[in-house]
Amino acid sequence: MSVDKDTVRRIAKLARLAVPETRQDAMAAELNGIFQWVEMLGEVNVEGVPAMTSVVAQKLKWRQDEVTDGGQADAVTANAPGGEDHFFVVPKVVE
Amino acid sequence: MSDLTAMTLAEARDAIRARKISSRELTGAFVRAIEAARPLNAYITEAGEQALAMADAADRRIAAGRMGDLEGLPLAIKDLFCTKGIRTTAASKILGDFIPPYESTVTQNLWDAGAVMLGKTNLDEFAMGSSNETSHFGPVFNPWRAKDSNRNLVPGGSSGGSSAAVAADLCLAATGTDTGGSIRQPAAVTGRVGLKPTYGRCSRFGIVAFASSLDQAGPMTKTVRDAAILLKTMASVDPKDSTSVDVPVPDYEKLLDGGIKGLRVGIPREYRVEGAAAEVDALWARGADWLKAQGAEIVEVSLPHTRYALPTYYIVAPAEASSNLARYDGVRFGYRSGQARDIISLYEHSRGEGFGAEVQRRILIGTYVLSAGYYDAYYSRAQKLRTLIKRDFERAFETCDVLLTPSTPGPAFAVGAKTSDPLEMYLQDVFTVTVNLAGLPGISVPAGLTANGLPLGLQLIGKAFDEATLLRAAAAVETAADFKHSPAKWWVS
Repeated sequence: MSVDKDTVRRIAKLARLAVPETRQDAMAAELNGIFQWVEMLGEVNVEGVPAMTSVVAQKLKWRQDEVTDGGQADAVTANAPGGEDHFFVVPKVVE
Repeated sequence: MSDLTAMTLAEARDAIRARKISSRELTGAFVRAIEAARPLNAYITEAGEQALAMADAADRRIAAGRMGDLEGLPLAIKDLFCTKGIRTTAASKILGDFIPPYESTVTQNLWDAGAVMLGKTNLDEFAMGSSNETSHFGPVFNPWRAKDSNRNLVPGGSSGGSSAAVAADLCLAATGTDTGGSIRQPAAVTGRVGLKPTYGRCSRFGIVAFASSLDQAGPMTKTVRDAAILLKTMASVDPKDSTSVDVPVPDYEKLLDGGIKGLRVGIPREYRVEGAAAEVDALWARGADWLKAQGAEIVEVSLPHTRYALPTYYIVAPAEASSNLARYDGVRFGYRSGQARDIISLYEHSRGEGFGAEVQRRILIGTYVLSAGYYDAYYSRAQKLRTLIKRDFERAFETCDVLLTPSTPGPAFAVGAKTSDPLEMYLQDVFTVTVNLAGLPGISVPAGLTANGLPLGLQLIGKAFDEATLLRAAAAVETAADFKHSPAKWWVS
């Protein structure tokens, strides 16, 4: 299995990442190097081995379903690169 | 006292408690040292004024007889911990102007105990790297240089600003985070102590997320005792992090003494890897002898899946990163591209311009291994390997209490020496990454110098939530190694 330029374009699209045309060949080569190395995991027989879901034996905690925070529109929007009156402003989405 | 900045955390604490020095004197000395050390690029944001204000507040509390565990002690904070009102960048352009409206739990614990913040230290972008060279704010230089050399070396990574700051006396101690070795590896190549606690020991709330199932905060210090002191305050159960564990935090410092008579120390045979420096193997053997001489029993153990740990990590960590970093979209906070034509191109260009090369590479790897058709072949298989790696440790700990290994395959290398090949850089974490995959605690202790004068560390690995035993064993290595070296301060003109 090898990664080509088209694959780079496809996963970059999925990742919402603009990878310039001029970078795509180099990126494909780098990813190929890494995936070839990772292929060694194929040597291991993993039949019947459960996939890890939690690294430390613990039960996730429950808590009351209640509001513990909120009403902080100023803080929430303080870092917005485009914002007005507690709204996040983006390019037009609906025509 | 001649040089206040050369004190250990414990010494400074005791001097403040005995009213021999004030927090303002101590903090002022560090603020001046930091200004003089700007060529190292250890700090992204210096917070001298706030630090002095915090020191004054601490001095007032001390005068009133109200003293926290870390009262008046100046610390450096890795710029991955959100600090309320103080810029937090993750060393990325995409968060270059981000000012958190909240505080991370770990740092809040430190301030509640009276500590003083000197500033935010440099790191690899989003903690992705092993040399601090992926930072948007430029590389950090290791305070150490090889004998008779002016060449700049890397301070390790990702917590390279923190490791350099501790080694250069630019703070009493620092916080780091460790996803694959990012505390232990930089501590090792700067001749200082770095502790990665058990997963869940410290809250991850307010730490910029990289790989959530692997990330853990920990102390970077001058001595093992200092690590014990700092961990006690950093660790807590936190309702804001459901994976933080409700296990009592012992007084690690009190448990340091007592020796290691009868302690069973495992030597994993798979950690003899090709490509490791001969001096590393020799030091490892010496470390085992040191522990044996103090009454420990040395047992050979096997961790058969060790060689699969790095490739497993480079599936699991990028997968989680690609998901965690989806939040940086140029809409709610962070960098926004001016190139956008529509909402999709706003996302794509903000991320394409805001993330550096290594972060982009990992986002693409992660997206690929989670995508339809590849999920089972890569991600599921890696998660199964992770189970096998954890089982290796469980089996080993049936016959021993701690494991002793090298910390890194070699000493600090030159800036730029390993940036052209990502795989070569990834190999820096070959001895540390297994510990994150298994969620265990690990510590690197400075143990000796190479022939050309560069520090090397030894790593100890403990059972989950048994940091107390780990620290006791580390103290035994520290005592035997008697590592008293410090770098020459070439950056002070």
